[in-house]
This record gives sequence, structure tokens and C-alpha cells, in this order.
Amino acid sequence: MPTHISLRDGVFGLAEDPFTTVSDDWAIPQGDVIVSLTRFDSEGDRLLAEGRKVGVRLEAGEDVEALTYDLPRISVVALVFPKFGDGRAYSYARLLRDRYGFKGEIRAVGDVLREQAGFMVRCGFDTFEPADGSTPEVWAQAAQRFRHVYQRGSDVRTPAFAERQP
Amino acid sequence: MYQYDAIDRDMLADRSAEFRGQVARRLAGELNEDQFKPLRLRNGLYLQLHAYMLRIAVPYGSLNPAQLRKLAWIARTYDKGYGHFTTRTNLQLHWIKLRDAPDIMDHLASVDMHAIQTSGNCVRNVSADPYAGATSEEVDDPRVWAEAIRQWSTVHPEFSYLPRKFKIAVTAAPKDRTAAKTHDIGLNLKRARDGALGFEVMVGGGLGRSPYIAPTIRQFLPASRLFSYLEAILRVYNRHGRRDNIHKARIKVLVATLGRDEFAHQVEAEWEKIGAAVDLPDDELARIRGAFTPNSFETLPPRSEALEAARAATPAFARFARNNLKPHKVPGYGIVEISLKAIGETPGDATSEQMEVVADLAERFGQNDIRVTHEQNLVLPHVKLDDVPTVWAALAEAGLATPNMNLVSDIIACPGLDYCALANARAISIAQNIAKTFADPDRAEKVGELKVKISGCINACGHHHVGHIGILGVDKKGEEFYQLTLGGSAAEDAAVGQALGPALPHDKVAEAVDTLVDVYLRERQDGERFLDTFRRTGVTPFKEAVYADAH
Repeated sequence: MPTHISLRDGVFGLAEDPFTTVSDDWAIPQGDVIVSLTRFDSEGDRLLAEGRKVGVRLEAGEDVEALTYDLPRISVVALVFPKFGDGRAYSYARLLRDRYGFKGEIRAVGDVLREQAGFMVRCGFDTFEPADGSTPEVWAQAAQRFRHVYQRGSDVRTPAFAERQP
Repeated sequence: MYQYDAIDRDMLADRSAEFRGQVARRLAGELNEDQFKPLRLRNGLYLQLHAYMLRIAVPYGSLNPAQLRKLAWIARTYDKGYGHFTTRTNLQLHWIKLRDAPDIMDHLASVDMHAIQTSGNCVRNVSADPYAGATSEEVDDPRVWAEAIRQWSTVHPEFSYLPRKFKIAVTAAPKDRTAAKTHDIGLNLKRARDGALGFEVMVGGGLGRSPYIAPTIRQFLPASRLFSYLEAILRVYNRHGRRDNIHKARIKVLVATLGRDEFAHQVEAEWEKIGAAVDLPDDELARIRGAFTPNSFETLPPRSEALEAARAATPAFARFARNNLKPHKVPGYGIVEISLKAIGETPGDATSEQMEVVADLAERFGQNDIRVTHEQNLVLPHVKLDDVPTVWAALAEAGLATPNMNLVSDIIACPGLDYCALANARAISIAQNIAKTFADPDRAEKVGELKVKISGCINACGHHHVGHIGILGVDKKGEEFYQLTLGGSAAEDAAVGQALGPALPHDKVAEAVDTLVDVYLRERQDGERFLDTFRRTGVTPFKEAVYADAH
């Protein structure tokens, strides 16, 4: 089973990935699957009725709002970074966590490099498929590079202005 | 000056350590140039024609003497003994070695400075009125808000990979000295009739290939709601700004495409959903306000006998005082402008020795306060009028007393083809030629306020679109040519200039400016600046004069 980096209870570790990411022109295999938004719209009800876990892959440019109604039934939202520098998924993750209260897994896929680790964690991502071969140790180190943060994010870190409170 | 606390210092130390690791990986070949580039850019390190260029942040243009001395020392130790102040109020060093860069970051951090986010598609150095805290025009101190924005935007989790770079300016006076309307966001602090503080919010200004003056999307935003509103603007932009074409990726294109009303509507809708919970707590804003060193002003008569005596005795000083000394909010004090536009020199350049002279003067006579302006000059914001003659003498000895503020030789120019890999043409030599053409200070004063701005390429780092006279370098079959525009302004009466006519060769540009000025002097009516005359007459008389020979 393939693995990825997973953040659970504040610890980064290597985890097995029970989900199969299915592209639109594949037949749906057995087990837990991650499908595109289009495919989820047409086949999501059936897949969920079969008792398996279902995740949705959201491309940069697709509206995160399209998922809001279904979020309680979705196990994973995989947000695609088509390029390292494309930051749309950070906003999607924050909206999923802060506005829509999504408690499932938010996964970073695509051009995912260690330099983004800190930003991703702060925006509420908790599963990472690094494209640069980062180990959990390297990822953790990159994510925890800064001892302080200036802003409130979607993570549990205390922003500087709150740290400064006497 | 804002005094850093332990948290602010830890941030710089952590950033510096991260950068040192990235440079080590690059030097060891673990990162290739493509992978390294976005990392170094976020730390202000560019690869230019001859060497690396380091762009050091001067947040809202504010420096203390220790910082300016450190910049002088870095320029002398790691560069060629001079630096270039930019229109973003940053300092650029153009001859840096990659292996020295991590040490330079540590030296900067030792005086609470950095190069964080001076490049890259993120929120850049925030600018503010260089007269902040010194002018009676302001309704509040814009530096307090600029510092709060600096902290909020530093390593922002959501807004560090925007479609394109993002620049914010804060001003608190009706007279705009920040070019707010050419920014991605311009914030103008105002007081409502009931005394409440708020911001006029202007979004979508910018220069470059397609220049726009920022429209106002909200007339009055309660000041306490600034950060939720910024989040709403940035989120709409981060989600919907174009990422398929670098030339259409700035927020100005999104605002222009949607139209101001629709863009404002989307921001307001997002803002309502965000709510007030993400705004900066009032007590943190109060803490930041309190962390600025207070000034101590003496009670002085508004008229300084020493100043008046020096004016009467020394014509050169009188000229300096006429052009470079500005009114201060406290009687008996003045704001001293230091021109970095000596005739024949590179606009914005200062040597290490000059930086040290300014640092010393700020310490002895200027309450330890130095400002950098977007027009690439320096300011001592708090000088006793009695001390101005002494300050002037020291500046004059260092070649820093050029009495040309806002005059034709006070030119903004980008580094151009002399340094920059993007440039099509030289900018510095054009500035030098124009300054030499108007070297007679009597004539320059007679001409009065005239803003000449020169860019060496369409990216418009020299702000040519908003020059009263704008000059853009273009490449025509391997030769440097220059397009002139007239009637632009970066101030509260902001406008994009209008093209004059066909581009001119390098050695005809200063001559053309001379001709334009002659037309203005002939046409002007009482009290009109060049800009006013142009706006009244239109382009025709200017065009006829410049292209007369061609007919």
C-alpha cells in the first residue's frame, strides 16, 4: 500500500494510504477511493451507498463551495497544487476548516514541496504527498521552522499577538 | 521607530537560519537554480546581469541611525561601498556574492532588519507617508498601521503564493506622498465627523504593462476592521486572480475585468462571512503604537533667528531651505529632505560614507529618525529649525545638499540596462542628461514642481506612467529608444500619462524635455505647475514643439 505523510495529534509520521485515487477514465476499483468533483457529482451517492469511504479531488479553480452540502459524507478532500507557486488551495483549505467546519482529512497533492509545509499545516492540511521525497522528519522540521506565527490560522498555533498578552 | 520584541527577533533569526540552509543546499548542488529561485526571491535575492542583487526591506521607509550605519557597513563590506534606494523604499545592493548572503541576513537581523518578502508573489514591503509623525496634515500615525500590516503579512499562511506581487501603502494625510493610488491596495486614514478613525480603501492600482489608478471600493472602513477586510480582498484575489498569464495576474486586472462595483461586492460578501473574529485585537494595536519610540519636542518659537540669519547670509542655504525644508507639526521644528539626486549622479544611490553622515545627523539633530521616500530620497523628519544650517553644512560637505526637491532634476529612475536583466534601455544616463540640462538651479526653481520618472522597460519600476513627464525605454532593433508620456501623477490627483508621439533616440531625450519645459514656461498661467498647464492645454502645443524638426 502506498504511503504518505500524515499529521495526527501534532506528530508527523508515515502512514499507509487506504485510498485509491481514481482518474475520470478509470473504472472504480474496490475499496476506498478519491474521485474528481465531476465524478463525485454523478457517482458519489452510489459509491457512498456501497459503504466505502469516499474522497473528492478538487482542482485549483474549482469552487470549494460545490462541496459544502456533501462535506459530512466525505472522508478526504484532496486539494491539487498544479504548480508549487499556485496558492489557491491554501484558501480552499482554510474555508473547509474555518467556514464549513470540515473535520475530515485535507490532503495536499501535486507539486508539493517541503518549503510549503508550514503554510499547508497552518491552513489546515493534515496529509501530504510530497513530490520532493521529503521524509516525515524533513517535513516536520520544515513545518515547524518558525517558533512564532503572526497570524491566527486554521491550526492550533497561538499567534504572536496572543502570546504577547500579559 | 518601532521597537522589536523577542518574538519579532525570533522571527528574523528563524528566517535567517532557514535561508542559510537553502543557500547551503544550493551551493552543494542539492537544489538546482530553478528550485532555488523562488526561495531566494522571497529573501530579496535576484540574479541580475553581473551579480546577485539583494533587496533589503526598509519597512514603511523608517530607519534608525544604527540600522543605516549597518547598511553602510554591509555595502562597504560585501558590495562596492554604495547602495540604491528604490521606489518601494527598499535598499538594493547590486554586487552581492551568493555565499555572503546568509551572513548579510544575520547582520541585518542584528539591527532588526531583513529582506523578507521583498520579492516573490506575496505581500511586499508596506509603504507609508515619509512625513508620518511629523506633519500636521495627518489624522493618525500611518506607521502604526503599516507595522501591524508588516507583521500580519509576514509568512502569511494563506497569502504567500498569490497570483502576483502585492503592494500596500498607508497614508493619513490629504496630500499623498506614497503614490497610494498606484498600489494594489492604497489605504487612506480619515476621520469621520464623529471623530471615528477609518480607511478609504483603494484597490487595483498598478503600473507595469497596463497601468491603472486604483478605484475606491469603500469610502470608510472602520479602522478596527482593517484586517478582516484585507483578508477578504486577498482571498478574493488569491482565488480569482489570473494565474495563466503573468501579465494579467495583478489584482488590477481582476478589478478592471470584474469592474469596481462587482469586485467591491465580492469583497464585501466575503468580508461579511469572515466577521470580526479575525481582526487584530485593539490591545495589540495599542501595544504596537506604544512600541514606537515617542518623540520629545521642546517648546520653541515658530521663527528661528539662526535659520533666518543663515538664509540672509548664504544664498545657497536659502535655496536649500526654500526647496528642501518642509513645515513640521511642532513650532520651531522642520522636516529636512535629503536629495539623493545630485546632478550627474545615479538617482537613489548613496555611498556608505553618505549613509553614515545621515545617520550621524539623525542622531545629533534628528531624534534618531530617518525616512526613505518612494521618490528615492531621504528625510530627517524632526530637526530643530535652529539646527538646520548646521545640518545643511554637513550635508553639503557629503554631496547631499542638492536643493532640488520636487524639481525637474529630482528624478525617479530604475537601475535600467546598467544593472537589470529585464531592461531594454538605460535609465540612469537619461536621468543624468536631464539633470545636467537643468543644472542651473535658478532655472530649475523657475520651472518649479516637475516630476520626471524614467523606466528602462515596460515593467515600469521607474513609475514612468505617473510622471508629469514619463520616459520609457524601448528596444528598436537593438537600439535604445524612449517613449515620452505627459500629464501623469502619482499623488492625490493620480492619473496615467498620455503618449507624446514617436519614440526618441537616447541623445534626443534631454533636449526634448528641455523643449517641453520651454513650452510650459511660455503657456503657463498664474501659479500653474507643469502638470496643471498640460492638463489645461492638452498635448498639442507640447507635441508640436518636440516634433517640429520632423515636419
